[in-house]
Amino acid sequence: MKKHDTPMIDELENGPWPSFISGIKRLRDTHPEKRINEMTNDLLGQLEHSYETRKGYWKGGTVSVYGYGGGIIPRFSEVGDAFPKSKEFHTLRVQPPAGNYYTTESLRDLADSWEKHGSGLVTFHGQTGNIMFIGSTTESTQHFFDDINEKGWDLGGAGPCVRTAMSCVGAGRCEMSNVNEHKAHRLLVNNFMDDMHRPALPYKFKFKVSGCPNDCMNSIERADMSVIGTWRDNIKVDQEEFKKYVEMKGRKYVIDNIVTRCPTNAISLNDDDSIDIDNQNCVKCMHCLNVVPKALHPGDDKGVTILIGGKRTLKIGDLMGTVIVPFMKLEKEEDWERLVEIAEETIDFWADNALEHERCGEMIERIGLVNFLEGIGIDVDPNMVANPRESSYVRTDDWDDEAVKWYEKADKKKDSA
Amino acid sequence: MSENAKKEMRTPIETGAPDGFQYMHPTMRKNFGQWKYHEHPRPGVLVHYANSGEEIWTVRAGTQRILDVFTLRTLCDIGDEYADGYVRFTIRSNIEYMVKDKSKVEPLIEALEKEGFIVGGTKNSVAMISHTQGWLHCDIPGTDASGVVKAMMDELIDEFRNNEMPNRVHLTTSCCQINCGGQGDIAINIQHTKPPKINHDLVSNVCERPSVVARCPVAAIRPAMVNGKPSLEVDEKKCICCGACFPPCPPMQINDPEHSKLAIWVGGNHSNARSKPSFQKLVAAGIPNNPPRWPEATAIVKRILSAYKEDARDWERINDWIERIGWPRFFELTELPFTKYHIDNWRGGRKTLNSSAYVRF
Ligand code: HEM
Ligand code: SF4
Ligand code: SF4
Ligand code: SF4
Ligand code: SF4
Repeated sequence: MKKHDTPMIDELENGPWPSFISGIKRLRDTHPEKRINEMTNDLLGQLEHSYETRKGYWKGGTVSVYGYGGGIIPRFSEVGDAFPKSKEFHTLRVQPPAGNYYTTESLRDLADSWEKHGSGLVTFHGQTGNIMFIGSTTESTQHFFDDINEKGWDLGGAGPCVRTAMSCVGAGRCEMSNVNEHKAHRLLVNNFMDDMHRPALPYKFKFKVSGCPNDCMNSIERADMSVIGTWRDNIKVDQEEFKKYVEMKGRKYVIDNIVTRCPTNAISLNDDDSIDIDNQNCVKCMHCLNVVPKALHPGDDKGVTILIGGKRTLKIGDLMGTVIVPFMKLEKEEDWERLVEIAEETIDFWADNALEHERCGEMIERIGLVNFLEGIGIDVDPNMVANPRESSYVRTDDWDDEAVKWYEKADKKKDSA
Repeated sequence: MSENAKKEMRTPIETGAPDGFQYMHPTMRKNFGQWKYHEHPRPGVLVHYANSGEEIWTVRAGTQRILDVFTLRTLCDIGDEYADGYVRFTIRSNIEYMVKDKSKVEPLIEALEKEGFIVGGTKNSVAMISHTQGWLHCDIPGTDASGVVKAMMDELIDEFRNNEMPNRVHLTTSCCQINCGGQGDIAINIQHTKPPKINHDLVSNVCERPSVVARCPVAAIRPAMVNGKPSLEVDEKKCICCGACFPPCPPMQINDPEHSKLAIWVGGNHSNARSKPSFQKLVAAGIPNNPPRWPEATAIVKRILSAYKEDARDWERINDWIERIGWPRFFELTELPFTKYHIDNWRGGRKTLNSSAYVRF
């Protein structure tokens, strides 16, 4: 095998950060299998060509595994004549376990299957959350999938479909967690396997679950349906621990970094170094808990907030998700069923009403939140808005009926309280 | 299809996302949902204490993300020899080892560092840059994400290994304007500056013209007959060079070795802490897409980071900091030019203007 000269990408072997180029070269130079040596050699050759010409040379196509319509990102080289051994270099998107947990045994197992069939390059994880197995031929795609599918791994989404979901480390290790993120993640996404594996929706649909409003999964900004753990009773304060913190850091630091940083001015530092929190006005932003995790903890009456419609730029510009369920408990089985039902109703309504290639958030932008809420049977709530309408251009014909509905709901709430 | 081939067709088992519990460290399983607080004894190490009195130690390390099986096995070997065999990956592709005993932490760190992995990335550090696919394996990239990340992390490694930033800094890269990389405190993204070049001979064969027309955010694409064949044309005055037409129509080549530039955005923040989540804002553009090490982009990132480090208060993320000091001072401190291109004219852009008498000097 003649090794391609790669002077430009060789530069990426310098410097202290681990080098992916060195890793690909290890496969080229020391892997016992010739197939892998040759494939990675040509991959390096094509990459060098990209660096020299500042252009990419992959094109898409159609590759799938038997029974599924998505989950594989086909890659055919446009310069395959010069780099024949990597001319087919598809990516398999494989769903990670909720919370991204692995044992070394499970990773070795995946590595063994992958080097039998693929290039030996893998990423934990892509930005959507998939394990990305990078570099398989059309033929070996099926073999590799068969192999790992028997061991409990399944493909993720690609194309206009429900996509792979993500959840944070959450209750497994994090004291900020307010929900079993893992259960929410799996219940939601695993309910839609048909919609993931046989792409037939208007466009992509992503679920992300974060255990608290720190939103480590970036769900508000990036998920069509974002589920975020929260609580509605009081922040638990260990006053003794808090006083110790004040003693250690000084009152000035505590005032400058905690009291004045609360977005709703809900915190007041007492003369004896304990604190008072105006819990009704705490918006659960997480700041004070992040600063003093030893003294401040989420409350006990836990649940989730649900937002719909986050996405990135294409086509109308970036959108954040917006609240459609300010709070719901996830305790009893029927609560969990309700969560899945909200997802089903959202996806059904969107599938029926979206234009082609329109994300859920874009549809809401086009038809208005109220039409969407009516479509999925959820009542309006002031927690859904930053502020009420500013434009007077609106017809308010049925104002009285709507007002009655509001009062009836308020009465019901009072009765059940 | 031959009988033989049919026999090989195996119906997939649609199990979906696997259960993470089977792979979770027993101490974490046992104390699931029962964690009380955590501490951060040194960069790259977290210790979480459970109500039960048990504790779990986490060591976080940066990797090259694109892992060859040898590197993956080295990470596993370290996990078996120095940890308890349980790992996880963070959203930014760092690996985390969880161990029950504190005594395992130092040898684990040593083993990781000996193999060239970088321990850090926790709390108020510059975290690992989350990156996209790039020239290595995407079909529409204007640059190589992995290369940009590697070159930049070489320069930012001390900020990854230490906790000297006012708060955490999340960096992202994206190799086209679709921006798979998402929002970041600092984002380094491709910004095209010239309309697509159309290969008319190919359009009629490969493109579903109506869907390409529909994809354009500014309705700049029209069906047209070119040389007697159905093709497309672009109103170049209208075109915003976003590249959205390129994925559905590869003959509309948007990438250009010269004119596909890098742009830098700041202030994207996913967290609700202190203020509502925020999108990133454009601060610098026209930066050369300069492989293999992209020194111009790195220099600007470093300039922004040093201004932030110097000037921001504890706990301020980049967006919080700029909110306090204002944009004039931001451009002054970073010595970046403020141009007409910073003023948003996209729909809704007016809400980004200053409608008050609040002016800073
Ligand atoms: C040819 C077309 C495209 C390719 C090959 C592609 C590829 C990818 C890949 C490989 C990922 C990471 C996936 C993973 O984690 O499994 C990703 C994520 C992403 N893609 Fe694309 N993409 C394409 C088009 C688009 C388009 C049109 C959009 C925008 C509407 C888009 C927006 C995103 C976003 C926002 C993410 C990050 C998602 C997240 O945070 O969940 N991509 N893309
Ligand atoms: S989102 Fe909240 S619960 Fe989840 S890992 Fe982050 S801080 Fe912890
Ligand atoms: S969580 Fe946020 S809003 Fe609530 S008291 Fe703490 S700082 Fe204030
Ligand atoms: S940012 Fe664009 S070019 Fe880069 S991986 Fe995502 S879709 Fe491909
Ligand atoms: S680059 Fe963007 S604006 Fe220009 S024609 Fe294509 S889709 Fe339209």
